[in-house]
Amino acid sequence: MNLTLKIWRQKNADASGKMQTYNVTDISPEMSFLEMLDVLNEDLLKKGEDPIAFDHDCREGICGMCSLFINGKPHGPSQTTTCQLHMRSFKDGDTVYIEPWRAKAFPVVKDLTVDRSSFDRIIQAGGYISVNTGNAPDANEMPIPKDVVDEAMSSATCIGCGACVAACKNASAMLFVSAKVSQLAMLPQGKPEKQKRVEAMVAQMDEEGFGACTNTGACSAECPKDISLTNIARMNREYFGAKASSENV
Amino acid sequence: MKLDSQVPEGPLAEKWDKHKFNMKLVNPANKRKYEVIVVGTGLAGAAAAASMAELGYNVKAFCFQDSPRRAHSIAAQGGINAAKNYQNDGDSIFRLFYDTVKGGDYRSREANVYRLAEVSVNIIDQAVAQGVPFARDYGGLLANRSFGGAQVSRTFYARGQTGQQLLLGAYSALSRQIAAGKVKMFPRTELLDIVKIDGKAQGIITRNLITGKIESHSAHAVMLCTGGYGNVFYLSTNAMGSNGSAAWRAHRKGALFANPCFTQIHPTCIPVHGEYQSKLTLMSESLRNDGRVWVPKTLEDAEALRKGEKKPSDIAEEDRDYYLERKYPSFGNLVPRDVASRNAKYVCDEGRGVGTGLAVFLDFRDAIERDGEDVISAKYGNLFDMYQQITDTNPYKEPMMIYPAVHYTMGGLWVDYNLMTTVPGLFALGEANFSDHGANRLGASALMQGLADGYFVAPYTIGNYLTNVPYEKPSTDHEEFKKAEAEVNERINKLLNINGNKTVDEFHRELGKIMWDYCGMSRTADGLKQAKKLVQELREEFWTNLKTIGTNDELNLTLEKAIRVADFMELGELMIDDAFNREESCGGHFREEYQTPEGEALRNDEDFSYVSAWEYTGENQPWNLHKEDLIFENVKLTQRSYK
Repeated sequence: MNLTLKIWRQKNADASGKMQTYNVTDISPEMSFLEMLDVLNEDLLKKGEDPIAFDHDCREGICGMCSLFINGKPHGPSQTTTCQLHMRSFKDGDTVYIEPWRAKAFPVVKDLTVDRSSFDRIIQAGGYISVNTGNAPDANEMPIPKDVVDEAMSSATCIGCGACVAACKNASAMLFVSAKVSQLAMLPQGKPEKQKRVEAMVAQMDEEGFGACTNTGACSAECPKDISLTNIARMNREYFGAKASSENV
Repeated sequence: MKLDSQVPEGPLAEKWDKHKFNMKLVNPANKRKYEVIVVGTGLAGAAAAASMAELGYNVKAFCFQDSPRRAHSIAAQGGINAAKNYQNDGDSIFRLFYDTVKGGDYRSREANVYRLAEVSVNIIDQAVAQGVPFARDYGGLLANRSFGGAQVSRTFYARGQTGQQLLLGAYSALSRQIAAGKVKMFPRTELLDIVKIDGKAQGIITRNLITGKIESHSAHAVMLCTGGYGNVFYLSTNAMGSNGSAAWRAHRKGALFANPCFTQIHPTCIPVHGEYQSKLTLMSESLRNDGRVWVPKTLEDAEALRKGEKKPSDIAEEDRDYYLERKYPSFGNLVPRDVASRNAKYVCDEGRGVGTGLAVFLDFRDAIERDGEDVISAKYGNLFDMYQQITDTNPYKEPMMIYPAVHYTMGGLWVDYNLMTTVPGLFALGEANFSDHGANRLGASALMQGLADGYFVAPYTIGNYLTNVPYEKPSTDHEEFKKAEAEVNERINKLLNINGNKTVDEFHRELGKIMWDYCGMSRTADGLKQAKKLVQELREEFWTNLKTIGTNDELNLTLEKAIRVADFMELGELMIDDAFNREESCGGHFREEYQTPEGEALRNDEDFSYVSAWEYTGENQPWNLHKEDLIFENVKLTQRSYK
């Protein structure tokens, strides 16, 4: 199939960018979206033009490095990562708009590549259990009900891609932050630090410039890993509970 | 050069304890006077960086991805082995050790493997304490599953995302140390050279992938946790960015490279579908617990399936060849990876392949009938979804199609018992070293080894090394740093100014094809000779006809790839040399000349019970072979039999 691509080009963080039009031909429906961009980039390189920069690594939907805002949706039309989006989701003659994640806290680095280090700093603020290597009791010493661990696992599957932020009209990071807060708050190992954790992570989230949550649910609807909105409710409960007894008022 | 493995004296089970006691300690107050560099933030790197920082050392950690959480360990699906014996099925440290040595076809170092089995139990404890949500049974205790090459159930798992959960655990520990100021993290930064001063590794040269800035970093020790070199084959299950350059640069600076030809071809991957394909996707081998591997018995049925004239369900039970169950009744579909891969190749070579002809079925029909779709979905749901996403077929209704693909490299930098390479102060952890998996790695053992090295081995052995290192570290103004920076700049300039016509991907694809055809699942002396010539010619063409674009001082994806592929061009040749030298078949290394009448790998313990460790002697110069003899005192060498 043949497609028209409208792609955001921006030389670097300081330059201003614009949409540019490209045509690709003979695209197989079996190709992944990123393979289609590979083909375009090979063409550009052969013509002596600068290939389009986009982030990607594992290409199996788990590393969370790929992004792309495709036709107004993060990771494109199906609820998956861009690397797992296949060209069979498009029709011959389609025009496809490809933009970077848009959020103040995710500045553009080049073309479609953005800087998501704000996510790392939120985790550094408290997204962990303080246990040094060697400092652990036997793994079976503390039974954890299956349903609790299954629920924690569902929260823990977040890949940190940032689609939730890109989907949100306020560029809120609530789904990402709440997934980690929930995972650790549900597990007995995470309980000792749960108050401090939620306060610190929310504070860092605000400092990074992410927007507020207005409960539209776009984040969860677009999340390639199906992270549930329940996490946000859970985090709000944790947060209010923490604030009610906090020393950092 | 005499290779000294530094394996401690004494009975196997006491070696590590004794060694830990004999190693010198750095006083807590003095630890902060030392700085170590950790390259790579996968399981080994993140675990090592966090653990070293917790002990009080200053750490600089580097990764080429935008965040340390994205290292390719994250993609490991099935699980992690540990000798907990929670299932009361006869597991023990010795059994895990024994299975690993046997699974590796007796080409690994006993003492290292035993230590790995020993610390495996601590890894599970550590991960659980970090909040890793391993699967549990209704009583709230940890669940296990079986994996290839073992008859006990010792694999811990978190759905089909065990690597992700373990890596996020290590990443959280690393994040905590970054926040504490003990680790300085450098994402989007690639290692381009190792700096040696007075014969010791004292720093690295890096390139900032956003700005192109070339920088020097000095330290008291350098740890390479940079994974394997499977991408030499172009198509593999590795991430697009996974590369062998850090290990290769270390090799060129004097670190011996061990067993480079030992590469693992994973039996259960989604088959290749087209020229433009950029990577291969693995389906966890845990699927072989419930999936049955088969092809049609007759060539006619196979052809009808390939042409779409018949559906898999049209093939009657008696016309199906469950070839693994037939040939290996006791292990059945759970034979080790190399055996499963080779047998898939055989049936496809016979013309009984399905799909494109290079595929076999992995069928869940019977398991779904037996356990119900719910149970199968709970075990493998995300894998089934992934398969459907990629292939557009529903594995609950139709059998999956799979084919082997390059997955893991058992070879790597030669290290001694302390995980130190032949360059003092330069350590290699995880897949980057060679030590634990011999000629074939068992499933669920990569996560175990990466974390064992990072959490529980290197923090001790590096401490011991540092006790003999002065506090003062060299300045990055030292002439060796300046020289290395100049060399790196020269290499980059050269790559940017070839002005040829062929792209990096074209070269990489060609290299991969040579490696897959001649140095892949089966190898012959003639083929390897041919391959060596082809790789040399390709490398020459690379340096005269490469097309690159742009400059060094920007985000330049073409340049990044060119730097990596240039190193693969050299590494590929060494793999071929090693495969040529090893005139036997063992594990993942199958030389057609050396097989049993039944077509199984035929080892030659008399002549090849050694680690081949290759020394770099200069550009386009032949490598020097050093041999570390493998001495087996605790296991009896037998022909691996999974029948």
